[in-house]
Amino acid sequence: MTTIAEDLARLEEIVRKLEADDVELDAALALFEEGVARLRAARERLAAADLKVQSVLEEAGGDLRLKDLDA
Amino acid sequence: MTLSYQMDLISPADDVWSVTRLTTTVKRMVEGEIPALWVRGEVTGCKTYPSGHCYFTLRDTMCQVRCCLWKRDMPRAGKPPADGTDVYVLVRPGFYEVKGEFQLNVQRILPSSAVGRAQQELERVKALLQKDGLFDAARKRPMPPLAGTLAVVTSTAGAALRDMITVARRRWPSARVLVVNARVQGEGAVEALVRALRLVNRLPGVDVCIVGRGGGAREDLAAFNAEAVCRALADVRVPTISAVGHETDISLTDLVADLRAPTPSAAAELALPDQGAVRRALDDLASRLGNGLGSRARLGLERVDRAGDRLDAAMDALLDRHRHQVARLSAQLDALSPLRVLDRGYAVPTDPAGRVLKRRADFLPGTPFTLRVVDGRVAARAEPPAE
Repeated sequence: MTTIAEDLARLEEIVRKLEADDVELDAALALFEEGVARLRAARERLAAADLKVQSVLEEAGGDLRLKDLDA
Repeated sequence: MTLSYQMDLISPADDVWSVTRLTTTVKRMVEGEIPALWVRGEVTGCKTYPSGHCYFTLRDTMCQVRCCLWKRDMPRAGKPPADGTDVYVLVRPGFYEVKGEFQLNVQRILPSSAVGRAQQELERVKALLQKDGLFDAARKRPMPPLAGTLAVVTSTAGAALRDMITVARRRWPSARVLVVNARVQGEGAVEALVRALRLVNRLPGVDVCIVGRGGGAREDLAAFNAEAVCRALADVRVPTISAVGHETDISLTDLVADLRAPTPSAAAELALPDQGAVRRALDDLASRLGNGLGSRARLGLERVDRAGDRLDAAMDALLDRHRHQVARLSAQLDALSPLRVLDRGYAVPTDPAGRVLKRRADFLPGTPFTLRVVDGRVAARAEPPAE
């Protein structure tokens, strides 16, 4: 799964390519479709976002364990 | 005589204050008007009573004042000082109305020699870290534009963590906050902070590390001036923010971190993107995406149109050239056509085999031949030459 940061970076890249004029029409259509999908994914992810707070615990052996914190 | 005269003058019987009224008024004034403050003086007559409360007098060369260190404040305030000690005390001025005494309620005691030592130690560590380049501007890393995971080194018991979580939830709920609990003051705080900061380097996917605590008295913030803590902070592999909640002082961690925030809440603001801004960026990208494809398609159509035009023009030119060639060739053909010559009255003699007879020798006397004229053929015969 991509992160919103990755989606935004890829969207920037897609838009720049589309705005650059030297892309073939077929490629432009493919880019556009990918852009729309990325936009939708990023928006859905923003809408569904719920802050996750976890406490980092170090076990006796040195291993790290994450435990959800009620905050 | 004189005495009774004065008595008469200053005894309007209905305006006499009771002692209680006076002392409670003074108490209200003292306790309401004078804020908590630091006072420096020498301790004398220090005595702890069976009740657990401790009383002493604080004095300088001119004056003195009574001080009380209540049992309940003792764990935070520090040990009762020995007589003759020069101290700083953080006090809330009070008024003990039962005895009509002005007194200071002690919140904190710091031997001034310790303060001097602490200040010296601070300067020493600061110079050392500066020499090692830990404060250099060139070391400062920028915050990532879209941090997804925050590591927060602080006390899970403190208000600082709650404040940061509140800001994070409002500002960037897509974030993940990994809390590494550490004592931030008192015994063991330095070791705990160092351990926690090292632990951050073992957490995968962290974008920014915040180390901090809420506001406190100067000596509560000492761990954030410790050399070991500063070096551990400098070793954190991701961009760092120091958020030690005090307004006037700067901790050494503030100087080492990539960014300094005045409060933990402010640190969360600095670390995390604002979801409103990200939504606007997405809207902007959406419209640019549409425009981008639109203009790309328009460009494609224009290109097709242009290619068509050029094809047309090329065909036209080609046809033109051919048309000219055909006209020229037909004119040439026309000019060369023997029929044109015949038209003007010439005739072409041929023998029965169709060979053209061009010279005298071709005509043998008595031999028949054919004359081709403009509208057909004529049979002919060569006569003997006239002598």
